[in-house]
Amino acid sequence: MTYPAGTPTRPLRLIWLQSGGCGGCTLSLLGQQEPDLVTALRAAHVEVLWHPSLSEATGAEARAILDAAADGTQPVDILCLEGSVIHGPNGTGGFHLMAGTGRPMRDMIGAIAAHATHIIAVGSCAAFGGITAGGGNAVEAGGLAYNGTRAGGLLGAGFRARGGLPVINIAGCPIHPGWFVDTILQLAGGTLSAADLDEWERPLAYTSQLVHHGCARNEYYEFKASAEELGDLGCMMENLGCKGTQARADCNTRAWNGSGSCLTGGYPCINCTAPGFEEPGHSFSATPKISGIPIGLPTDMPKAWFVALASLSKAATPRRLKENAARPTPAILPRDRRKEGA
Amino acid sequence: MSEKPSRLILGPFNRVEGDLEVRLDIAGDHVEGARVTSPLYRGFEAMLVGRPAADALTYAPRICGICSVSQSVAAARALAGVRPAGLERRLPPANGQHAINLVHAVENIADHITHFYLFFMPDFARATYAGEPWHEAAAGRFTALKGSAATQILPARAGLMNMMGVLAGKWPHTLSIQPGGSTRAITRAEQARLRLMLAGFRSFCENTLFAAPLEAVAAISSREALYDWAQGRGGDFAHFLKIAQRLDLARSGVTRLRHIAFGAYAGGDGPLFPRGMFDAGIGAAGPLPIGAITEDVSHAWYAGEGGAPRHAAPTPDMSNPDAYSWCKAPRLGGNVAEVGALSRQLVAGHPLLRDYVARDGASVEARVVARVIEVALVVMAMEHWIAAIDPAAPFQDTRPRLDTGDAMGLTEAARGSLGHWLRLDGGRISHYQIIAPTTWNFSPRDAQGVPGPLEQALVGAPIRAGETEPVSVQHIVRSFDPCMVCTVH
Ligand code: SF4
Ligand code: SF4
Repeated sequence: MTYPAGTPTRPLRLIWLQSGGCGGCTLSLLGQQEPDLVTALRAAHVEVLWHPSLSEATGAEARAILDAAADGTQPVDILCLEGSVIHGPNGTGGFHLMAGTGRPMRDMIGAIAAHATHIIAVGSCAAFGGITAGGGNAVEAGGLAYNGTRAGGLLGAGFRARGGLPVINIAGCPIHPGWFVDTILQLAGGTLSAADLDEWERPLAYTSQLVHHGCARNEYYEFKASAEELGDLGCMMENLGCKGTQARADCNTRAWNGSGSCLTGGYPCINCTAPGFEEPGHSFSATPKISGIPIGLPTDMPKAWFVALASLSKAATPRRLKENAARPTPAILPRDRRKEGA
Repeated sequence: MSEKPSRLILGPFNRVEGDLEVRLDIAGDHVEGARVTSPLYRGFEAMLVGRPAADALTYAPRICGICSVSQSVAAARALAGVRPAGLERRLPPANGQHAINLVHAVENIADHITHFYLFFMPDFARATYAGEPWHEAAAGRFTALKGSAATQILPARAGLMNMMGVLAGKWPHTLSIQPGGSTRAITRAEQARLRLMLAGFRSFCENTLFAAPLEAVAAISSREALYDWAQGRGGDFAHFLKIAQRLDLARSGVTRLRHIAFGAYAGGDGPLFPRGMFDAGIGAAGPLPIGAITEDVSHAWYAGEGGAPRHAAPTPDMSNPDAYSWCKAPRLGGNVAEVGALSRQLVAGHPLLRDYVARDGASVEARVVARVIEVALVVMAMEHWIAAIDPAAPFQDTRPRLDTGDAMGLTEAARGSLGHWLRLDGGRISHYQIIAPTTWNFSPRDAQGVPGPLEQALVGAPIRAGETEPVSVQHIVRSFDPCMVCTVH
């Protein structure tokens, strides 16, 4: 289904469901600014048929809306799922029964998905299983179209929504409000195609760059001037587990909460937009190393080159960066040498 | 409707955080009994076992997206509490404490106004009230997503949350809160900017929420004085009070239980809101015996023994025929206890809330009033914490900590007392138990058959003619500001 760019002929009807998650993507979305979420939804011509945190309809009224969507009598243009699909225990779905129905929530998700024009997995849980799939995944959590890195999920590998697109995975833990708003505006304008999605069907609008891009610590990175403790100013790749050089998201060029990012907050990127981020195989804020060299180097750089360049740049590290890297506040500031005594 | 059903199942119960089902036994025109079900289990306590200690700081906030900082604070305190017997707890440096308090306060205040505007007030716009003289104004202001309040509250909330960008990098799920303080040092310029952001929020409160200075609101000391204050006043709080008086919400959803608080916003001279217990039955306050806290699983889907969270770790099991929820039943010395903003203010001795409860017990109105009053109290405290930051001094103590031992981390989320109990063995987590605020408030029956606070509060709730989703039940449930993802975790 396409619309003339920018002008849908009628509101896009959106249903939002939550399953095995924390509600954090909704709460993050409420932080949408300039303009606010209600105005952004209006701008995208989106009409919210039901959202568990925001709608008036409750109980039987809400069930009526969802039942009509599930049997196809109520058209749904956009189905959003927040939180993972829960299959446990033993494949029964009993760990999440839909309130008021006694039936596994995944049945309702699957039924509405069969009729929806577009489907958005909101957050890494709905996309891949996410944190809910951590620690051995006793609850058998998975995503809509993936279980971790394996294609499949609730809807099956190769699934296409009525509108022709695969499940759109706005992965992140949680999502940035801008990632969602960008996506629905593009859907409303009819301009979102499969070419606008990356290999995990994440919108390229936010995954066409690495978290590393625009990181305020890039100067430290260049000279391998490293932070030693969380809160230090230096680059966090060498000691503190930072995955910014592999993680795909625009966190350092599109601010969180007005001005922040994980990196400006003083802690590493844990690659929360990627499948399987919940089980890095090591402590999140430590870098595993083999004979002093971090494993998990930037993916698109030959290891030998990295090691050679690193030792070269380390030898050339300006004193300012060397002194400041392992401190929470700078000891040496940049100076203009034309000023006498500088 | 002539023949009313004797059973009513309400769900999905929306505009609460997470999944909730409420089953009611109806007698004539009122509720006779209630059973509250939390239908989602994720298993964070089990997930954490075996992980490196610091992973608790990545996992715990992800228990909940509405109070992720509270979960962080509890986890960081628990990790910081692992220490040799008899040795003093090492407090983070003052800056770290102020930074954590600010981050925590931003979240709690955002919670309070999100609850008031987006979760609670929209019920007054419901069609069942169409005949009431106040309905048109309430619907215009508070209808979900469409009322005039929505496009005012959202920018104000987002503006407040911008303090998170400076103080914590990212919200929800920040990693800035550590056992030794905060990872984010604040510069003088940022300190000034934080002051500006908070000033923006104060002005929203004083123009839109209260139509009065915060100081004046915080000083109101009795229910009569509050009603007088609201007379002829604009602002959404007075709007609520006028509707609440018409509907007699000060006598709706009543409990007379023990109220507990774990202490909120640490400081050199003790917390801003103290730890303690207040018995609403007898109107007296006293110390809180933390060691008397246990969890009962007689009516929850778990196998194994309940007991003290320090030792017990029941595992999920759906075969118990008496069970009807994933929520366990926390008890204090075997007794039911209520938690939340009202409990905090009762323990702290706020005269207005003590007056409310002395007259009619804990009620829908008292719970909402406590929450809104707390917005005023905490914003004023935040101004002091910002001023007290010394950008030249450290924000955290990064000395290594012990990697074996037991500890608990206690704090207050917006909706009440939150505790984490853990054990570390050689740097790895070997035991982790969480008791969340809504676990107390929405607990199922215990082995003695005693219902939890919400189940008690619902008894007697009136049902208007023809109602299938009784609006009184909606008010009572939401007055607790439940968070269901925390409840079961
Ligand atoms: S801290 Fe991470 S994102 Fe920033 S420069 Fe270093 S590797 Fe890149
Ligand atoms: S910086 Fe990394 S961990 Fe942080 S939000 Fe962005 S992608 Fe996720």
